[in-house]
Amino acid sequence: MTDSPGTADPAAGRPRVVVDDATIGYDKRTISERLSMEIPDGSFTAIIGPNGCGKSTLLRALARVLAPSSGTVLLDGKAIGAYKSKEVARRLGLLPQSSLAPDGIRVADLVARGRAPYQNLIHQWRPSDEDAVAAALAATRLTELSGWLVDELSGGQRQRVWVAMLLAQDTPIMLLDEPTTFLDIAHQYELMELFRDFHDQGKTIVCVLHDLNQAARYADHLIVMRDGRIVTTGTPRDVITAELVESVFGLRALVAPDPVTGTPSVTPLDPRTATVHPVEPRDPDTDHEPSPPRRQEKESTR
Amino acid sequence: MSAGRVAFGYRTRTLRSRWVSGRVGLRSVVVSTALFLTALGLGAVALTHGDYPLTLQQVFAALTGAEQGFERTVVLKWRLPIVIAAVVFGALLGIGGAIFQSLTRNPLGSPDVIGFDAGSYTAVVVTILVIGKGGYWWVAFAAIAGGLTTAFVVYVLSYRRGIQGFRLIIVGIAVSAMLVSVNSYLITRAEIEDAMTVGFWAAGSLARVTWTPLVPALAIAAVLIVSAALLAPALRRLEMGDDAAVTLGTRPGPVRLGLIVTGVATAAVVTAAAGPIVFIALAAPQLARRLTRSAGVGIPAAAGMGATMLAGAHLLSLLIAQAYRPVPVGLITLCLGGGYLIWLLIRETHQRYGLTR
Repeated sequence: MTDSPGTADPAAGRPRVVVDDATIGYDKRTISERLSMEIPDGSFTAIIGPNGCGKSTLLRALARVLAPSSGTVLLDGKAIGAYKSKEVARRLGLLPQSSLAPDGIRVADLVARGRAPYQNLIHQWRPSDEDAVAAALAATRLTELSGWLVDELSGGQRQRVWVAMLLAQDTPIMLLDEPTTFLDIAHQYELMELFRDFHDQGKTIVCVLHDLNQAARYADHLIVMRDGRIVTTGTPRDVITAELVESVFGLRALVAPDPVTGTPSVTPLDPRTATVHPVEPRDPDTDHEPSPPRRQEKESTR
Repeated sequence: MSAGRVAFGYRTRTLRSRWVSGRVGLRSVVVSTALFLTALGLGAVALTHGDYPLTLQQVFAALTGAEQGFERTVVLKWRLPIVIAAVVFGALLGIGGAIFQSLTRNPLGSPDVIGFDAGSYTAVVVTILVIGKGGYWWVAFAAIAGGLTTAFVVYVLSYRRGIQGFRLIIVGIAVSAMLVSVNSYLITRAEIEDAMTVGFWAAGSLARVTWTPLVPALAIAAVLIVSAALLAPALRRLEMGDDAAVTLGTRPGPVRLGLIVTGVATAAVVTAAAGPIVFIALAAPQLARRLTRSAGVGIPAAAGMGATMLAGAHLLSLLIAQAYRPVPVGLITLCLGGGYLIWLLIRETHQRYGLTR
């Protein structure tokens, strides 16, 4: 297992989020056995892997939605289950895969629910709450829509409302569970840009993603999982190779630098032509002839 | 205050001082207050009706102590506890309905539909017919124990990796149906007088409420109202799903258990004192929500609506008694609620199966 950068001294400089020998699963079904990993502080970490590999399960354990049956998830050096629930909620927030908006709720009301960890019986709406909600609405460009019913919004706008709620929670660590699923491509990138802004503002982002190109483009640290285990970790450039894509996802693909960002980009090979005319690249680091025309074809069909 | 004001899309009032801060929707506050005032008004009118008609002035004189004699006895000793029971029990039923409809995220998920009333009923039937105890404390204890036991059974039967609202409702309806058959069987085997005792109780009537059972019921009601108010913010977070609730610092397990116990207890306390009074828990939260136009099912407005409905049903039963003969208030809510349930079922079916809206 590759070690992440910046963790040379395990005692003093341990990251804020550490999984120590944890077995995670549902009821009797174990997903990950004796898993250990850590999230580098201040990183934009993407967890990738095929369906059912345990990436969302791991994220849910990090968010203490799921308690490990053995081992621990540590937050700032202490078992996450040993904190008061609100205390955790001020340090780490989760954007779940699916949340339910109550019937007839309006945008600002839903975003304001992100302030729950700061509220108590007698203080339900302090000036700081209102400021945080206003800032979250502005950052997600929802200020104009704040009085709308959530039901009236488009899918992309609705997802932004949930992101705004997480932002209003004002946590230094944000866990995002497949945030771009079900969105069209423009809204996917809009959302990823938003997360990059949050990262630039100093937040640690942990994001479960399906799209390898998005992961490579936005994350600075990747965790690759398969069958409940961590296959490898590291920077996108080091991790994303044709060999890895084939061994982890069972997909033969061409990995070439993205012409826009230079980060690795994955283009699946055509299984038919690949069998007839094997064009599998031998060396993933070099540019290949077939790639530019392919990409042009893609763009022209848009 | 710097950053900026948030536009919520409806009129809100913000309260801020050093000690407390809060924000309320103006419409919700106005509607809830109006509903409680209506309930009190209906209750006051109900004080004038009965076998011995009084004017509002006479009632007022009796209440303030200006009038001492027989009228004071009628108002204070006989009619007042019934009217208080109507308002408070109505509010409790509304609260219980709001809690369970939020927990199940379904307008059908109220305690009377998911079998808790039936559980109380069965326990009371068993206590009166099998054990042979018909005193107030026995009945009250049986009603509460029966409601909680049924809630536990329904909860366990519908538990599969957590509780899902619709499954809870279906299991509750099934358990309820089974309990009704047990009740019917026990009554067929009973002595005629015992069967009549059960029958009177089962009709759901406020007419026999006196101060003796009312005082402890009010004490429990106060505890339940406080507990519902304390758990209300967590309930609103549970509505968004367990994951969202956890990430906002709520512990779903204990909170849900507390809400279930509170919700079941509201129904059980009312059932213990007055017999099963159905459909108020079902209808009040939804009607209130349509008036407040708020998000989700609000507890204060549901309580106000429940109080208005039961006070109204009580007044109606007095008016019917004057014109015709006494009809227990439980039968009135049953008749009116039945119509509401039919409408609700048709609407739910249309929404769930995508038929015409």
